[in-house]
Amino acid sequence: MSENKTVRFIITRQGSADATPYEETFDLPYRPNMNVISALMEIRRNPVNAKGETTSPIAWDMNCLEEVCGACSMVINGRPRQSCTALIDKLEQPIRLEPMRTFPVVRDLQVDRKRMFDSLKKVKAWIPIDGTYDLGPGPRMPEKKRQWAYELSKCMTCGVCLEACPNVNSKSDFIGPQPLSQVRLFNAHPTGEMNKAERLEAIMGDGGLSNCGNSQNCVQSCPKGIPLTTSIAALNRATTIQAFKSFFGSDQI
Amino acid sequence: MAENREFFWRKLHSLLGVIPVGLFLVQHLVINHFATGGAESFNKAAGFMEHLPFRIFLEVFVIYLPLLFHAIYGLYIAFSAKNNVSQYGYFRNWMFMIQRISGVITLVFVAWHVWETRIAAAFGAEVDFNMMADILSSPFMVAFYAIGILSTVFHFANGLWSFFVSWGITVTPRSQVISTYVTIGIFVALSIVGMRALAAFI
Repeated sequence: MSENKTVRFIITRQGSADATPYEETFDLPYRPNMNVISALMEIRRNPVNAKGETTSPIAWDMNCLEEVCGACSMVINGRPRQSCTALIDKLEQPIRLEPMRTFPVVRDLQVDRKRMFDSLKKVKAWIPIDGTYDLGPGPRMPEKKRQWAYELSKCMTCGVCLEACPNVNSKSDFIGPQPLSQVRLFNAHPTGEMNKAERLEAIMGDGGLSNCGNSQNCVQSCPKGIPLTTSIAALNRATTIQAFKSFFGSDQI
Repeated sequence: MAENREFFWRKLHSLLGVIPVGLFLVQHLVINHFATGGAESFNKAAGFMEHLPFRIFLEVFVIYLPLLFHAIYGLYIAFSAKNNVSQYGYFRNWMFMIQRISGVITLVFVAWHVWETRIAAAFGAEVDFNMMADILSSPFMVAFYAIGILSTVFHFANGLWSFFVSWGITVTPRSQVISTYVTIGIFVALSIVGMRALAAFI
């Protein structure tokens, strides 16, 4: 009975960054509570494809295994998501695994998510607290604000929103929803707010906020349920005000 | 294009789509609606618009320049998207794609419409009820105009929804949902105005 049950995987592979992608099929014995990562580990233990040929183990990224690090994102049955929380029992078979092609593919299912970390630098997604002397404690944050800002802090830079966005592609230099929502997070912080204008000016640059076309796929796809489109709309308001401020010249901050 | 001008161009594109191009569209549809009152009623209304003082300046700054910019920059925006409704079949993603398709259809329609009416007028044709009745005597042109008007009205109504988001007016999900219903209402209302006028010329 259950010992005969198998799970079929169709995995898009490529040997190196510029190699041609191809598909390889694997049949694995079913085990209760399997997820995509445990299946990939099983293939790594015994890299034999459905035709019975020995092949190379599949390359993929993983780290925390509990959907907080974002490293194991891939396209599973057409949807980008984390492979650690993709339970086999809840997936339609055959299970198709592909890399998130919005990012440069390193090998097999492994992609280079560097562009998102570069964007975080570009938008200054941090709070400058260093000084030449002890600056003391910062201002307090209202509890209500802390609660919604906490939701934004759940972003794990997994790349699913960029993969889902029709405006993030090779023809455009749009930075995508992920760094934008972080600008709202750091601008909401009472100390971070002191550099609010710098972050807003950064997302008013080329490839920034205004490249959003409101398809709202990001908010539908975010595994952490971050209100990305609310962040984008809130930033639209903030940048509109910022643009008036810098052009007509009221107090500069 | 100079560095970091994109924010300005995009905002300008969004603004011009509503003011003045969208407002002109509404006014144009309303004037056309006089056709439902007969040839004389339409000719009187069209004649009033035609004899507005400084007409060429009004046309250039309220219609031609904003429309040209919106159209050309819009084409760039439309073709830099990689549509993915087959994977992500959400309502807003469909609207995103249809907004781009309707924009291109509208551009083709408007280009032909301007050629046939305003440019013909510049070469001495008389723009009146008979001109339109003549154009719409062919069933093909009736279909072309019907599709063109519906596409234009959709592009305006849905563009208005995006305008409210892009300028940070509708921020909360709830306000965006209500804005969806309001803009659907605008689409239906303007479509009725447009279709009634079209039917009056047949």
